[in-house]
Amino acid sequence: MGALGHYIEREGVATAQISLIREQTAAIRPSRALWVPFMLGRPFGAPNEPGFQRRVLQSLLSLFERPAGPVLEDFPENAPDSAPTDSGFACPVSFAAASTGAGGLARALRDEIAQLAPWYDLARKRRGRSTVGVFGATVEDAANHVATYLGDKPDPPAVAGMTAGLAVKRACDDIKAYYYEAAAAQPGNLAAKAIDEWFWRDTAAAQAFLAIREICINSADESLKPLAKLSLIPRSVIDRLSAKP
Amino acid sequence: MARLTDFSASEQKHHLDKIRDLPDFGATPFVAGPPLRERRVAIITTSGVHLRGDRPFAMGAADYRVIPGDTPHADLIMSHSSVNFDRSGFQEDVNVVFPLDRLRELQAEGVVGSVSDYHYAFMGAAPIRALEAKARELAALLKKDRVDAVLLTPV
Repeated sequence: MGALGHYIEREGVATAQISLIREQTAAIRPSRALWVPFMLGRPFGAPNEPGFQRRVLQSLLSLFERPAGPVLEDFPENAPDSAPTDSGFACPVSFAAASTGAGGLARALRDEIAQLAPWYDLARKRRGRSTVGVFGATVEDAANHVATYLGDKPDPPAVAGMTAGLAVKRACDDIKAYYYEAAAAQPGNLAAKAIDEWFWRDTAAAQAFLAIREICINSADESLKPLAKLSLIPRSVIDRLSAKP
Repeated sequence: MARLTDFSASEQKHHLDKIRDLPDFGATPFVAGPPLRERRVAIITTSGVHLRGDRPFAMGAADYRVIPGDTPHADLIMSHSSVNFDRSGFQEDVNVVFPLDRLRELQAEGVVGSVSDYHYAFMGAAPIRALEAKARELAALLKKDRVDAVLLTPV
C-alpha cells in the first residue's frame, strides 16, 4: 500500500492511505497515512457502521490539509464490536461424520453445502448480494472440482488457459465465502472470529482444504505449490495445528 | 486488532520479514493541493475487489481493475490470493473495504469537492516492485480525470 503511495505521489498526485500494520508503514514512510487499530480486512472498522466508517474516512481525508509530510497519525478509536455473541452455533455436519461417513470427505463437503443452502439463500436475500462467484460457476460445481482432488484423478480446470492452482484456489474461495455468508445469516449474530473458529474447527470443507494443502505441497504442478504456502489455510490456523501435541 | 503484538509468532515474523525485504523508496514525495473542499477524490483499494464479470486476479498479479463509480454493490466480488485477512466484513458491507457511499455523503455535504467516476483495485499480495509501472500508468489516468486526492485502502 505504502509503495503505491510513493509511486503515485511521485507522479504528481496526492495520496493518503490507511495503514493496518503500523510498523510497515513507518518503514515505508508514505506521504500521508492513518494507522487504524482494526482487524486485517476491515480498513474502515466494521460493517454496517456508517457513522464509524465516516469518522475513519474524515480522519483520512483530513491528512490532505497537512502542510508537509510524511504524516503518520493514529486513529484514536477501536472498531465497534459488531457481534455480541459467539455461542450456540453448530455445524450441520460434524468433523467426525465428515471423516468417517459413507463417501468420505467429498460426500461430507457436498452434504454440508446442501444443508447450508437455506441459510446462504437467506443471507443473499437479506444483503441483496453475495460474494460467491470467482470460480465462475455454482458453489456445487466448485465443490465438485475440489472433490476431485480428494479422489484419484483431479479434474483439469474447466476454463482454457487457467492453471490447476488458480482453479482450485478460486473454487476454495467460493466455498469459503458460501459457508461464511450462510453462517452469518444464522441465529446468534456471530462475530467474524466465531465464524472463523467454526469453519476451521468443525467443517468438512476445512478438512478438505487441509487435505488439498498436503496434495499441493507434494504436487509436481508448480501452480499448486503456492497454494500450500499462503492461499488456502490462514497462518493462524497452521500455527494452531502445529502447536497441537 | 491489527497491532503486531496481537498476531501469532509466525504472523509477526511474516510482517516483520516484509519490512526487512522493502526496497529503498528514497525521499518521501509530498504533493501540495487545494483545500479538501475543492479536491476531486478517487479510491484505490488493494483488496482485490472487482466487478463480477471481470477477470479475477491471478496469483501475484500486479495489474489493476477499474471500478466505475456507479457499480452496484451486488456486482463486486473479491479474488485476493491471501487468506490471512477477514472477508466477512466485506461480505456484509462493501463500505468496510471500499467506502464509496461514505465518500459520496461527504461530497454531498461539501467536505470534498467531487468524487471521481472511476476507482481502481489492485491485489495487495503483488510483489512491490512489480506495482511501479502500473501505478505510474494509473497516475497518468488520474491526472487526466483531474483527481488530486487518492485514498489508498488496504486489507
